[in-house]
Amino acid sequence: MPKITYIENNGINHTVDVANGLSVMEGAVQNDIPGIDADCGGSMACATCHVYVKDEWFNKIPIKEDGEEDMLDMAYEPNKLSRLSCQVIVSDDLDGLVVTIPERQA
Amino acid sequence: MIKTDALIIGAGPTGLFCVHQLGIIGLKCEVVDNLDKAGGQCIELYPDKPIYDIPALPECTGEELTDNLIEQIKPFKSNFHLNERVEEIKKDKKKWVVSTNKGTKFETPNIVIAGGVGSFEPRKFSIKEAKKFEDNQILYSVKNKNIFKDKIISIFGGGDSALDWAIELSNTSKVILVHRRDDFRGAQASIDKIYQLKKEKKIEVYTKYQISSVKGNDRVESINIKHDDGSEKEIKTDYVLGFFGLIMQLGPIAEWGLNLDKKTIPVNTENFETNKEGIFAIGDICSYPGKLKLILSGFHEGALAARGCFKYARPDEKLRFEFTTTSKAAQERLGVKK
Repeated sequence: MPKITYIENNGINHTVDVANGLSVMEGAVQNDIPGIDADCGGSMACATCHVYVKDEWFNKIPIKEDGEEDMLDMAYEPNKLSRLSCQVIVSDDLDGLVVTIPERQA
Repeated sequence: MIKTDALIIGAGPTGLFCVHQLGIIGLKCEVVDNLDKAGGQCIELYPDKPIYDIPALPECTGEELTDNLIEQIKPFKSNFHLNERVEEIKKDKKKWVVSTNKGTKFETPNIVIAGGVGSFEPRKFSIKEAKKFEDNQILYSVKNKNIFKDKIISIFGGGDSALDWAIELSNTSKVILVHRRDDFRGAQASIDKIYQLKKEKKIEVYTKYQISSVKGNDRVESINIKHDDGSEKEIKTDYVLGFFGLIMQLGPIAEWGLNLDKKTIPVNTENFETNKEGIFAIGDICSYPGKLKLILSGFHEGALAARGCFKYARPDEKLRFEFTTTSKAAQERLGVKK
């Protein structure tokens, strides 16, 4: 199973197994990793599952589809490495992915 | 003081259908919602997005679903208290006394929380100094546009609210529009208008910039904005408007002594009552083993919670299970009795 590492804003690391086909958001919620709220449950309607993807991974994950960039406008302190974790689907290619959780989601 | 059998907090699909389920068993209810219209997330977040998993409706939009639910509960003539947020609850013998931020008071044996993930509030600037000027020179909605006349207004955001206000206020004020990227997500006609106004030097547009600091003592005097490349720019401004959409906050409900699990309220699955007698939670806000955050689950939860309300609203009566196809009483309540 691919391993995904979530780094909290305070530096605490969580490396967990996330099954293929789940989103990076679901991986966090199911493993009780704090800081990813996912208020809308993954329908790309709230921007509270915002993460920063580690630099070297950003171009390796599938690119944003329509609407994600619009939602990111509403995220807390978005930057060029920002993604909505509900839109990043885990696969073997993402084994070792590292994302950082922002200080807040709103 | 408004006396009612049940108070529903939240006018999303779950709350609306609960009105129906209360009505069909002869209970009256009132509905409070912080938004200016019924529909909850369906209307606020995805009015045009199709939904495919409402039983017997192969496809419908959030707006259609809301319209149909409102139509379905018309016979029960429930009052809606929109633009109001429930603030405080107090137990008075067997009743709850509930007050809103507008001072409305309800006396009811039952409260049904159908609050989704909380009430919608504007998203705010992330910088700490913004708080100091909030509601004065830093605003997240426009209540009186006359205060902006002949002033310098910095508007942040890339959606329709930001663009519409930039266009509107450019008639009477100096407008500076700031957005975090080059693309705007508002209507194309508004985007075209913005660029035309920019060409005519009627507004200034800064893209790939975000706010980095606010300066001023009693009033905002200037702000700094920071480009993606790290460079900063100081802008003199009288007012700052931020349009970053809405966020859901649990708000005062968190202070009511209910058990909370993350942002949800644990309930029993027999009647969706919480740890407090006469307070029920249904829809996305409730949690129990196996909970699915689906609209259809909210309908089921509302049906059972309505029955749960009956015993507190009519303690001396016994509720008999009936079908709408055959129950004369239910048909009378629906106004369809032949």
